[in-house]
Amino acid sequence: MYDLVVIGAGPAGMAAAEVVADHGGTVAVVDAGDQPGGQFHRHRPGEVHGRRLEALYAVAARVDMRYGHRVWTVERAGDRFAVRCVVGQREPASAVVSGRAVLLATGAHDRVVPFPGADLPGVMTAGGAQALLKGGGVVPSGRIVVAGTGVFLLPVAAGLAAAGGRVRGVYEANRPGRRLSSMAGEWGRIAEAGGYASRLVRHRVGFHRGQAVVAAHGRDRLTAVTVARLTANWRVVPGSRRRIECDVLAVGYGFTPQLELAEALGCRLEPGASGDPVVAVSATQRTSVPGVYAAGEVTGVGGASSAELEGRLAGHAVMGVRPPGRLLTGRAQARRFAYRLETAFPVRDGWRSWLTDDTVVCRCESVTWSGVRGAASAGAVDARTVKLLSRAGMGYCQGRVCGYAVNRLVGGDPMSVPVRRPIAQPLPLGLLAEEGEP
Amino acid sequence: MAEERYGIDLLVVGAGVVGAAVAHYAARAGLRVTVVEQAGVASGSTGAGEGNLLVSDKTPGPELDLALLSMRLWTELAQTVPGFEYEAKGGLVVTGDDTGLAALRRLAGAQRAAGVTVTEVADPTDCEPHIRTGLAGGVLYPQDAQLMPALAAARLLDHPFIRLHTGVTVTGPITSRRGRVVGVTTTEGHYSCGNVAICAGAASGRLAAAFGTRLPITPRRGVVLVTAPVPPMIRHKVYTADYVGDVAGDTAALASSPVVEGTPSGPVLIGATRESVGWDRAIPVTALRTLASGAVALFPALAAVPVIRAYAGFRPFSPDHLPVIGPDPELVGLWHATGHEGAGVGLAAATGSLLAQAVTGRTPSLDLTPFRPHRFQEAT
Amino acid sequence: MNEPIRFLCDGEPVDAEPGQTIAAALTAADVWTLRRTRGTGRPRGVFCGMGVCFDCLVTLNGRPDVRSCVERVVAGDEVVTTGVRDV
Ligand SMILES: Cc1cc2nc3c(=O)[nH]c(=O)nc-3n(C[C@H](O)[C@H](O)[C@H](O)COP(=O)(O)OP(=O)(O)OC[C@H]3O[C@@H](n4cnc5c(N)ncnc54)[C@H](O)[C@@H]3O)c2cc1C
Repeated sequence: MYDLVVIGAGPAGMAAAEVVADHGGTVAVVDAGDQPGGQFHRHRPGEVHGRRLEALYAVAARVDMRYGHRVWTVERAGDRFAVRCVVGQREPASAVVSGRAVLLATGAHDRVVPFPGADLPGVMTAGGAQALLKGGGVVPSGRIVVAGTGVFLLPVAAGLAAAGGRVRGVYEANRPGRRLSSMAGEWGRIAEAGGYASRLVRHRVGFHRGQAVVAAHGRDRLTAVTVARLTANWRVVPGSRRRIECDVLAVGYGFTPQLELAEALGCRLEPGASGDPVVAVSATQRTSVPGVYAAGEVTGVGGASSAELEGRLAGHAVMGVRPPGRLLTGRAQARRFAYRLETAFPVRDGWRSWLTDDTVVCRCESVTWSGVRGAASAGAVDARTVKLLSRAGMGYCQGRVCGYAVNRLVGGDPMSVPVRRPIAQPLPLGLLAEEGEP
Repeated sequence: MAEERYGIDLLVVGAGVVGAAVAHYAARAGLRVTVVEQAGVASGSTGAGEGNLLVSDKTPGPELDLALLSMRLWTELAQTVPGFEYEAKGGLVVTGDDTGLAALRRLAGAQRAAGVTVTEVADPTDCEPHIRTGLAGGVLYPQDAQLMPALAAARLLDHPFIRLHTGVTVTGPITSRRGRVVGVTTTEGHYSCGNVAICAGAASGRLAAAFGTRLPITPRRGVVLVTAPVPPMIRHKVYTADYVGDVAGDTAALASSPVVEGTPSGPVLIGATRESVGWDRAIPVTALRTLASGAVALFPALAAVPVIRAYAGFRPFSPDHLPVIGPDPELVGLWHATGHEGAGVGLAAATGSLLAQAVTGRTPSLDLTPFRPHRFQEAT
Repeated sequence: MNEPIRFLCDGEPVDAEPGQTIAAALTAADVWTLRRTRGTGRPRGVFCGMGVCFDCLVTLNGRPDVRSCVERVVAGDEVVTTGVRDV
C-alpha cells in the first residue's frame, strides 16, 4: 500500500509525487499514457529535451510509474483507497493500486461548442491538434484554421506554424485587447504568450479578434469553414459571413475538468471561474473527503506552473509537512490570475444561434439540435432528462463532449453539467466480472 | 399562471411513467389534467427503469392479473401513441440444474392456469444462439415485452388535455372544511383542482405524509450496467430462474440475478440489483461485479464487450410487494398510484387505466381491493 | 531518425514513425475518416486526440472500438477503419 496514489502524470501529479518521495513516502503514479508530463509536456517518445522534461523523468525514476493504466473507479475501503484500473487496450487486463491517500490530478479536456459540420473529419479540438503535433510530430498537410477562445489557441497556432503547418489564421471569438496585455507583467506565462504572438507574426498568421468559425463544410472531410464577426454576445453580425477554404480546423473553447472520480468519491464540487463545476479544495489541496486531494486543472486552475505549485502543496499535505510559505503565496497568486484569465475568455451563449436543426450536438449518438430541442419540449429540463429522451450523452463518451453544450442549450444551471460516471473508463464485462475485493 | 390553473379536474403529482399513464387515461376520459413535476419528465425511478414488461416473473395473484391487463394496454398504446421503442420480444427464463427446472416448471404451470402463455424450451440455445451451453432447460414467455420508459412517459403526456408543469414541487394539500382536497400548495404557489393523484414514485411515502396519510413506500436501489453498442446478439429478455426469488425477497442485502437484453440502439442492458439502502447513489463495486458475472455466466461472448455506463435508481418499494392504487382512506378527492417497485413500467398502463376509471366514477375493470391504500392502516 | 515501421490500414501498407499513435500515423498518411457512425453512416476522424471523445475508434487486429489516438502503432498491426458495426 502506497502513502499516495497519484492519478494523472501531468505537472500537478508529478510534483506531488516528487514531494512525497523527497519526504520518504511511497508513491505510485497512475496514468493512461506512457510518459510523464501530461498534456502540457507531451512529447515524442525518446525525445526528452529541456530541463523541465528531464526533471520529470528524474522524478519518474524515483517513484512507481503505472503507465497504460486507465482508472475506471476509485473505491474507499476503510482507511484506504483502491484505485481500479484497466491496463492496455490490446489485451486489456485489470489492476488495483491501493493507497492511504489519493491525489486527483486528472486534468481537463477541451470544452466543445457545437456548430454545423463540426463532426466532419478534419475538424479537431485545439488540444487534439496539439497532441498530434507534440506527441506524434504530425503537422496535418493542407491549410489549417485555428479558432475558438482562450490563450491556448496561441501556442497551438504558433506550434503548427513553426513546424511547417500552413496556418491561415487564428479566430478568437472574444476581444481580449488591452485587458490581456495589462496582465502580462504579472505572470511568466503571458511572456510566453507574447512569444507565441511574435511567432505568429513572423509566420504571417493573422489574429482576428471577435470572430469565430460558425460552420464547417465538406462531404467526407473538411474543405472549408464559414467565419463570421460576432456581436458581444456571440451572435453573427449580419452580412459578415465569409468562406475560407481549409483542410483542418483546430477549435477550442477553453477546458472542462475531468470530475467523475471526484464525484464518485463524494468530493464537494463548487463553481469555478466560468461557473462550471470544479473540485473544491483547501489551501493545501485537500478535498472535502479525508484522504482525497486534488490539484491542477480539476480544481479549475489552468496552466502547468500553477498545477505544479498545487501538486507540491498536495505532496506536503499528504506527508503532514508544513509547506514553504512561497508555495502558498504562489498558489494564491496563481488562482487570482487563473480567475482573471478564465473570465477574460468566457463562452457567450450566442453560439446557440449558429446551430441549425441538423447540427450534431451529441457526436456519439448523432443527436442533432432538433433532437435536443424535441426532448426539451417533451419535458426534459436538464442534461440528464435530455439524455433519457434523446440519447444525447448516452454514448461512448458519456456526455464528456456534449454535456456542456446540451446543458446550456436547455438552459441548465452550469453546476448541473453531467459529471456522474460511475464507470469512468470502458472496461470489458469479463474483467469487471472478476474484480477482486479491495 | 393563475388562468392556466383554472379548471383542473385532476392534478397528477409526478411525471414518471405511472403519473403519465394516469394522466393519459384521465385525459382520454375527458378530464382536464395538469401534471406537476419537481424536476423533468422521467427524472425519478422511470429514468432508471430498464423497460421490461414482464409476466414471467409474477406468481398467480392480483399482481399477475394487473400485469396481464397492462400487457394488453401497452400493445394498444404502442399503436395509438407510438414512438417508445415497444418490442414484443418475449422473455426466456433458464436454469442450470434439475431442481431449478422442476421449480420453473411448477411456476410455469401455475402461470399457464392464470392465463399466461408459456412454452417449455428443452435447449435454450435454440432460441438464444449465444447463450451458454449445458443449461438444464428453460421456459419461453412470448408475452414479455420491452419499451423505453422515459420515451413512454413523454409520449403518454403528449395529449391535448394534459398540461405539464416541470420544476414545480408539491408540498401539501389544500382542503375544504368538509375534508375534501380542493388543491395543492407548491413551491410555485397554489393550484386549485378537483382531484389529486399522488404518483410520486419512491418519494410517495414522504409526500403522502404531508397529506396526512401513512403510506410505507420506501426507496429500493437498483443498479444497471450498460455496454457499448454491439450487433444484435441477444433476442429475448433472458434471466435465470433465481431472479423470481429475488423479486419476492425482502432482504435489505444485495440480491441480484440480472435480466440481460439487447436494445434497439445497440447497447446490452444488464440489471438490476435490489438493495434497501435509502437514497444512497454511490454504487459499490460489488454490485457492478455481481451484475457482470451474472451476465457473462449467461452469455460468455459478452466477456469481451466493454461496459460504458452504470447507474443507480430507486424503486418505489411496498412492503407487501403490491402496488398502491386507489382512493385515499381519509381525504376525499385524493388518489394514490405508486409502490410498483421493480415493475412500475410494466404495470403503469393498467394502473393508469384503472385509476382513471375510479376517478371518473366508473367501476374499474379489475378489482382494486388488493391494491387499496388503507390496507397498511388495517394491518396495524 | 528511427527506421519507419509498417502496418496495414484497410489492407494498405502505411509507414509510421516508431512511437506514433495509430491516429497520428494515419493523419500523417492523409487518412482522415476513421469510422462511420451507426445509423447515418457519417464519417468521423480524430477529434479530441486524447482518448476522451471516442470518435477515432478503429478495429485493431480484430478488436473493435480501440481509441486510435492513444494507441501506439506496432509493426504489422492491422487497422480497419471501415469497421462500422452496423447495429
Ligand atoms: C434500476 C431499475 C430498473 C428497473 N427496471 C424496471 C423494468 O425493467 N420494468 C419495470 O416495469 N420497472 C422497472 N423498474 C421500476 C420502475 O422504474 C418503477 O416502478 C417506475 O418507474 C415507477 O414509476 P413512478 O411513476 O411511480 O415513479 P417515478 O418515475 O419515480 O416518478 C415519480 C415522479 O414524481 C416526482 N415527484 C416526487 N415528489 C414530488 C413532489 N413533491 N412534487 C412534484 N413532483 C414530485 C419525481 O420527480 C418523479 O419524476 C426499475 C427500477 C429501477 C430503479
